[in-house]
Amino acid sequence: VQSLPGGPAVRQLNLTSPATKIAEEQHFLHWMMLIICAVIFIGVFSVMFYSIWKHRKSRGAQPASFHESVAVEVAWTVVPFIIVILIALPATKVIVAQKDTTNADLTVKVTGYQWKWGYDYLNGEGEGLSFISTLDSSQRAMSDSGDVSQAPADYLLRVDNPLVVPVGKKVRIITTANDVIHSFAVPAFGIKQDAIPGFVRDTWFRAETVGDYYGQCSELCGKEHAYMPIHVKVVSAQDYTNWVGEQKKIAAAKLDDPSKVWTLAELMARGEKVYAANCAACHQANGKGAGPIKPLDGSAIVLDEDHAKQIQVVLHGRQALGMPSWSQLSDTDIAAVVTYTKNNWSNKTGQLVQPAEVVAQRGK
Amino acid sequence: MSATTHGTTPYYYVPAESRHPVMAAIGLFFVILGAGQWINGHEWGKYSLALGLVWWLSVLYQWFRDAIRESESGLYGRKIDLSYRWAMSWFIFSEVMFFGAFFTALWWARSHSIPALGSLDNQLLWPDFKAVWPSAVPGATGSPAGIVEPFETVGPFWLPTINTALLLSSGVTLTIAHHALRADQRSKTIAFMWLTVLLGFIFLCVQGYEYYHLYTEANLKLSSGIYGSTFFMLTGFHGLHVFIGMLMLFFITLRLQKGHFTAERHFGFEGAAWYWHFVDVVWLALYVLVYWM
Amino acid sequence: MSAVLDHHGHAADHAHDSHAPSGWRRWVFATNHKDIGTLYLLFAFTMLMVGGVLALLIRAELFQPGLQLVNPELFNQLTTMHGLIMVFGAIMPAFVGFANWMIPLQIGASDMAFARMNNFSFWLMIPAAIMLVASFFMPGGAPAAGWTLYAPLTLQMGPSMDAGIFAMHILGASSIMGSINIIVTILNMRAPGMTLMKMPMFCWTWLITAYLLIAVMPVLAGAITMTLTDRHFGTSFFNPAGGGDPIMYQHIFWFFGHPEVYIMILPAFGIISQVVPAFARKKLFGYASMVYATSSIAILSFIVWAHHMFTTGMPVTGQLFFMYATMLIAVPTAVKIFNWIATMWRGSMTFETPMLFAVGFIFVFTMGGFTGLFLSMAPLDIQLQDTYYVVAHFHYVLVAGSLFSMFAAFYYWSPKWTGVMYDETRGKIHFWWSLISFNVTFFPMHFLGLAGMPRRYADYPMQFADFNAIASIGGFAFGLAQVYFFFFIVLPVMRGQGAKAPQKPWEAAEGLEWEVPSPAPFHTFETPPKLDVTATRVIG
Ligand code: HEA
Ligand code: HEA
Ligand code: CUA
Ligand SMILES: [Cu+2]
Repeated sequence: VQSLPGGPAVRQLNLTSPATKIAEEQHFLHWMMLIICAVIFIGVFSVMFYSIWKHRKSRGAQPASFHESVAVEVAWTVVPFIIVILIALPATKVIVAQKDTTNADLTVKVTGYQWKWGYDYLNGEGEGLSFISTLDSSQRAMSDSGDVSQAPADYLLRVDNPLVVPVGKKVRIITTANDVIHSFAVPAFGIKQDAIPGFVRDTWFRAETVGDYYGQCSELCGKEHAYMPIHVKVVSAQDYTNWVGEQKKIAAAKLDDPSKVWTLAELMARGEKVYAANCAACHQANGKGAGPIKPLDGSAIVLDEDHAKQIQVVLHGRQALGMPSWSQLSDTDIAAVVTYTKNNWSNKTGQLVQPAEVVAQRGK
Repeated sequence: MSATTHGTTPYYYVPAESRHPVMAAIGLFFVILGAGQWINGHEWGKYSLALGLVWWLSVLYQWFRDAIRESESGLYGRKIDLSYRWAMSWFIFSEVMFFGAFFTALWWARSHSIPALGSLDNQLLWPDFKAVWPSAVPGATGSPAGIVEPFETVGPFWLPTINTALLLSSGVTLTIAHHALRADQRSKTIAFMWLTVLLGFIFLCVQGYEYYHLYTEANLKLSSGIYGSTFFMLTGFHGLHVFIGMLMLFFITLRLQKGHFTAERHFGFEGAAWYWHFVDVVWLALYVLVYWM
Repeated sequence: MSAVLDHHGHAADHAHDSHAPSGWRRWVFATNHKDIGTLYLLFAFTMLMVGGVLALLIRAELFQPGLQLVNPELFNQLTTMHGLIMVFGAIMPAFVGFANWMIPLQIGASDMAFARMNNFSFWLMIPAAIMLVASFFMPGGAPAAGWTLYAPLTLQMGPSMDAGIFAMHILGASSIMGSINIIVTILNMRAPGMTLMKMPMFCWTWLITAYLLIAVMPVLAGAITMTLTDRHFGTSFFNPAGGGDPIMYQHIFWFFGHPEVYIMILPAFGIISQVVPAFARKKLFGYASMVYATSSIAILSFIVWAHHMFTTGMPVTGQLFFMYATMLIAVPTAVKIFNWIATMWRGSMTFETPMLFAVGFIFVFTMGGFTGLFLSMAPLDIQLQDTYYVVAHFHYVLVAGSLFSMFAAFYYWSPKWTGVMYDETRGKIHFWWSLISFNVTFFPMHFLGLAGMPRRYADYPMQFADFNAIASIGGFAFGLAQVYFFFFIVLPVMRGQGAKAPQKPWEAAEGLEWEVPSPAPFHTFETPPKLDVTATRVIG
């Protein structure tokens, strides 16, 4: 395989090459530490190995009898103390810069889900855009197969919908999570911020060059922890504007009229896609669930005549069981996927759930 | 080394092999096995739990019986007495740290998580949540998601205050008993010990009544959000410690009646008394931090 | 009994029977500190093997990208159980084992202060270990939330999580009782003349370690108790919907967790402080400053915990405070390293296996300490947090630190325990094999971490493949080295095969443990020995 620009390089030895000022500062700090520590290390261990060489019994060394020296001991307490202060100073400067999330040009809320990322553009150009980003499913399947001989350079890093941001603009990332703690990390930007359910945290970056940058979820979040990559596409201001325009159009088209009445076949076709993209990771394609995850095939709630029960579970999740809330899906998507589960596998209920029912349940 | 047969106190008595430790560990095995299964819906778990507890307690009974026998037959010298003192002090220190974890949880919830959940930034997630601690404003639940049913909070009046008085007086009666023991007035000691145990028992009854009242009338439960969680966790573990302390005092009193302890040497008594005072101090902290604030 | 013991062993003329009890009762009902020490060490070694096999499964899966052996759920279980078993089952009990064997011998005490409770501490670990290992076979598999057991992921785990929590409670109780025993033994049972400042360093470091344990194990118990009630009794400690906070778990956990990592290294410092002077044939340099440094590390360890949480998003003042405090720990640690080197300076050194491991310890532990310093630098930790850099860091301090010190201790003291000398050549093979394969395993992880490979990953991008393959090969080689250690070094000495050990096999070793015969008789120092002014020799 080849190195992936903006992502890991083959046999990479140092930090990922920086695409922001902060990441550059981190490079500097790392080199500084490396040099200071190497000097101390070589100094200290030259003395030790010299002594090992010189003061061996086999060379006839006679033991000296000193075992104390206040002067020396004070000296080697004070000197490390001073060194520590010296390395703390530049670090302090960088922390303060890292933490300054004010005056952002663009604010994006990043939500960690098990196991995907949700992006909501809150402020700035593109406000209102909102989408979910998941790992390419063929790569996920390749991982399971265990055979990676055909793996591409972006193996486990390719997503369906990358986060797109303009170059040279200060982007504030607000993280939160829906279920458990995740962590949003992009090494080239020098950022890593835990996404904590129920709380918001923030960080920021200003990408200096156009390109693709990659990261991975960096907090253990369950079984698919290794499979929720981050792909940030940094584009020029013009490209960004175009992209936003395009997305707005697609979003408008997607925003199905929730009062539309669908046929079973239509809902099944759509539901299958929604299921594969969102539900199959846990409940499995065969609907049998796995481990603690409940099966849908044959489930009483799924078979129930009362559609409200299942819609509520989908909307609000069952946190205790690990089922997240899916309220971010559109009404039509939820209606489709519920219909799909009610009529797939051995579940042949013939029940049809229309988007209007989901709308009605949302309020409750 | 087996017990000395000729009655002189050894320099430092080391007991002979004993089956108590391994038996106690087996008992606890059934306790944790049963508890872990029971809370996951396996009914047999509770039998294992019960078996384990009974087993463990009976081992403890025998263990303490042996230790008391050794003590009364004069095998424990001054050194061992000192060892027990150190051990009890460090044990109480560990208990302090244990309560520390829960007091920290209370402090963190009040001065950090609730304010953060209601902060400006967090309005993104919980737009309607007002960051007030439930005891500060009637009707507040401290639950951003609104998943907690309304409940009444608990103030210091009157049950907790009565309980404070009960515990404080039990501290006094215990001290009187101690002085009496040192003055070799055994019947006075015993009388005041019973009084102390009784006060502890009444404390527990009042506490039980308060819980009953909270659950049935104030709708305050373990599941009442962070307020209920910290309230019941702190008061509950404290109650458990009162119960343990009371048992200690109870057995010490029985031993006093049997004629154990002397005016000069009665560490068993003192150890239990230290524990009781520790439980007392924890209560004072609770009284101020949980009920008043 | 030997002549050395005679002049005080019989002085009191007790009526006791000094023969050792025999058969299984000797072990199961043991009250003898030496026997209990042996039990602890055997238990710890078994758990090292179990944890090691889990590690090798992890390494086997990570040998190349793609999932070949385990599914991601099982992978997380392996990681979690590897961490838990190594920390609570292998490293901590092993140090308690050394403490049991050596502290009474080193301070001239007849046994531990509470002999029965001592055995209780040991036996409590068995139910806990059974529960932990059994959790693999419970529905949903073993806990898979990492050894740090972060909420709210723990709230999603199956029944095995509760088994794990109860097991940790029991282990905590065991540790607390063990620590009380050790503290009381040290404070109350020193032979007359052995003042605190004349005490061997190993006792000093254990005194401080025991204090740390008593202070923080209850805090861990509190944290996991809250997890338990959140899981089953409807509390909201870590649930923001009810006003709780998952980050609160992390603060409480790391208030335990950071002192915990020093719990795993301070006794190691003690061991090294015994071994280096013995083989340099020179007194430990700066004894008093060693004591002060150890105490400072212990005190500082309480105020640095949030360096594990730089990426949770703390206020800038918090980041700065925890960064400065953490960096400060380098100062007392520096004192220790320098003192050891000053002890070697102008000594008359030989390099038997204990000394090799001690020197190896100093060398490799320092590398781990330096990477710790990199991590303590908050802006840099943002890059390194939760990557293999952290994994490299803590294996440098835990494996080449704690584990190597135990090897040193084993080679140093096993002649006293068993009465036979281990085979020096094999010891040297074990050392070099371990040292090299250790570095092959864990050094590449620094690169992986810098390049951004997250930890607890069952599969990883192709670019990380080469270093992972090297690490896996190294891991198996390191594991094999320990198998060699067991079969070719430990087993023979346990069976008594080897040259007979003299009472004091190391010519310049100091301390009361060398005043009793090898193997150490069942009962030692039943009446307090009379010591010379240095408190290192028995004079009557
Ligand atoms: C034995 C265990 C042990 C020890 C001794 C240490 C020692 C240190 N550790 Fe480590 N650490 C762990 C075990 C240990 N650690 C574990 C298990 C984790 C991961 C937990 C998890 O997440 O699962 C961890 C994680 C960890 C982190 C969090 C990383 C992250 O998750 O992002 C940090 C950050 O500050 C850190 C720092 C340090 C520091 C500064 C020291 C210092 O004590 C080191 C001091 C030593 C030296 C500095 C070297 C010798 C000194 C000199 C030769 C003198 C001259 C030097 C100078 C003046 C610079 N450690
Ligand atoms: C406390 C001590 C300790 C010790 C001694 C070790 C020892 C080892 N550790 Fe461990 N490790 C931890 C503590 C420790 N670890 C902790 C706390 C974590 C974090 C867990 C978490 O993230 O929650 C961790 C995580 C961890 C990871 C990261 C997993 C992940 O993030 O997904 C890896 C990966 O390589 C690893 C590897 C190893 C290896 C190869 C060894 C080797 O040293 C092991 C050597 C092997 C043996 C001693 C066994 C002997 C061999 C046999 C009995 C059979 C031999 C057979 C053949 C060789 C054929 N460890
Ligand atoms: Cu999401 Cu790890
Ligand atoms: Cu730490």
